Amino acid sequence: MSLEEPGRAWVFGDDVDTDQITPSRFIVSTDPEELATHAFNDLRPEFSANVDSGEFVVAGKNFGGGSSREHAPLSLIGAGVDAVVARSFARIFFRNAINLGLPVMICPEADRIEDGEEVSIDLDAGTVHNHDTDETYDAEPLPPFLQDLVDEGGLKPYTRKKLDSA
Amino acid sequence: MTGKTITEKILSEKSGTDVSAGEYVEARVDEVIAHDVTGPLAVEAFEDVTGEDRELAAPDSTVFTLDHHAPADGVKAANNHNVVREFAEEYGAHQYEINDGICHQVMIEEGFVEPGDLVVGADSHSTTYGGLGAFGTGVGSTDLGTTFATGELWFRVPETLRFEVHGDLPDGVYAKDLILRFIGDVGFDGGTYMTAEYAGSAVGDLPIHQRLVLANMAIEMGGKAGIVEPDERVVDYLEHQAGLETSIDPDLASDDDATYEAVYTYEGSDLAPQVAKPSNPENAVDVDDVVGTDVDQVFVGTCTNGRYEDIRIVADALAGEQIAPGTRLIVVPASGAVYEKCLETGVLGTIVAAGGTFQSAGCGPCAGYHQGVLGDDDVCLATANRNFPGREGSMDSRVYLASPATAAATALYGEITDPREIGTDRYDDHATADPGVVR
Repeated sequence: MSLEEPGRAWVFGDDVDTDQITPSRFIVSTDPEELATHAFNDLRPEFSANVDSGEFVVAGKNFGGGSSREHAPLSLIGAGVDAVVARSFARIFFRNAINLGLPVMICPEADRIEDGEEVSIDLDAGTVHNHDTDETYDAEPLPPFLQDLVDEGGLKPYTRKKLDSA
Repeated sequence: MTGKTITEKILSEKSGTDVSAGEYVEARVDEVIAHDVTGPLAVEAFEDVTGEDRELAAPDSTVFTLDHHAPADGVKAANNHNVVREFAEEYGAHQYEINDGICHQVMIEEGFVEPGDLVVGADSHSTTYGGLGAFGTGVGSTDLGTTFATGELWFRVPETLRFEVHGDLPDGVYAKDLILRFIGDVGFDGGTYMTAEYAGSAVGDLPIHQRLVLANMAIEMGGKAGIVEPDERVVDYLEHQAGLETSIDPDLASDDDATYEAVYTYEGSDLAPQVAKPSNPENAVDVDDVVGTDVDQVFVGTCTNGRYEDIRIVADALAGEQIAPGTRLIVVPASGAVYEKCLETGVLGTIVAAGGTFQSAGCGPCAGYHQGVLGDDDVCLATANRNFPGREGSMDSRVYLASPATAAATALYGEITDPREIGTDRYDDHATADPGVVR
């Protein structure tokens, strides 16, 4: 899959935890669109009103630490975010994003991207392109087991298939 | 052939394969748990993947609690509770009510979890079960909802970080201080994707209610699980706490030649009470560094430190005294059984007489929902597990994390206080009591 259409990068720092992505008081909803209206509510209040479909979240190390709430990746899906590119991810967020079909890319050079720059990603090639600086960064490939899961369409199709063959 | 860690052994056993760290497995899950925040999404995932013949793979080990917004603090929360109630009723799962308590405490008190079990919860503190020698890990709702249907889930077998504490712990130093020190040393992401394994004589000497604290906060170093090798103390605890007859498989231990990602070694006598400064659990310092910091609120509770023994420490420290004027003390027991025990033993009365507020069982203000949310510029010292910006309320509030003993001393003086200052003989008996019986 390739998302070659460039989109704005919303750049965040290190250790952005799930309380900052979706503050607790808003996670009484399970609706992605409603959750999207509160994404980064306290950390970056201008995000939800200004983010457009096809844009990207770019972060430093350990994005999505803390709570297991799936509301965090759901809020980004609801906001139309195409992918999250980070230097590293916390475990549960990473797993949740893959399960929900939100592309996540571990990109050691993510901190070369400045807020507001235009980026695009190529999931097949495993690269992130910065259109402002014309730089291309490599992302770490997924382990084969996870790549198979992604290729099946995520955990739900994978599970349906398993249940059908049981 | 090199030996295996306890993690590798459990995941090998549950997947019917012989695996080592780094390999992927599909494993049989022994218990699944969700609560009022993550449950509704798990229900949606379950309904999405199952066709016409919807049934739970294992209704007897599928458990729901209502703990985060309990009693309901708004209409949406109340509706979420009803989604959980109706689902559990329809599919025959266990469901616990408001005031029954926090998912992890309920699972342990009710005897769902045994040493060697594989437990997944749609709550990041599902690592808690490692205090019993089980492999517990937190997942999202989609993972959990599909596990409802299949009874299985995929795992990457994690590497293990080992923390060894030798010798004895000094008075006033508890499991909470150890885990804050460990997180401080490896960092908030220092154990990402890994198991934190706790060992050494000082860990072996810990009563189970304190071992649960070590396992509980493994997630605060990014850990997938936290685990203490089970022993006869676990057997005694489960018998008294849950009425459960268990025995320990002698092989349920890491081999001497197991491979570790890293081993951190501590001498117990070198350790002091710890406080994690705002706004990350990795900001651990010796209590000396922050003594005298004014606090507006002290919060005692959560799945980390809301057990009877924790609250008992506070009551013993406050007996016959008054908390500092201008300081709020909020106590939230981790379960209804803990609440009842506090009532029966006079602990509740002591805390109220000292000027504290004692609330119904559940997660309390830990995640900033209700029962003591912080305002702008409020400073809180909590026995909780997280102090992220805005976690307990305003983005401009600040939270320090510490042990129940430090919380009690701080409530007495209205500023962060070394728990050894107030005399550890006042409260130490219950800190080390074993087993902690709530029935």
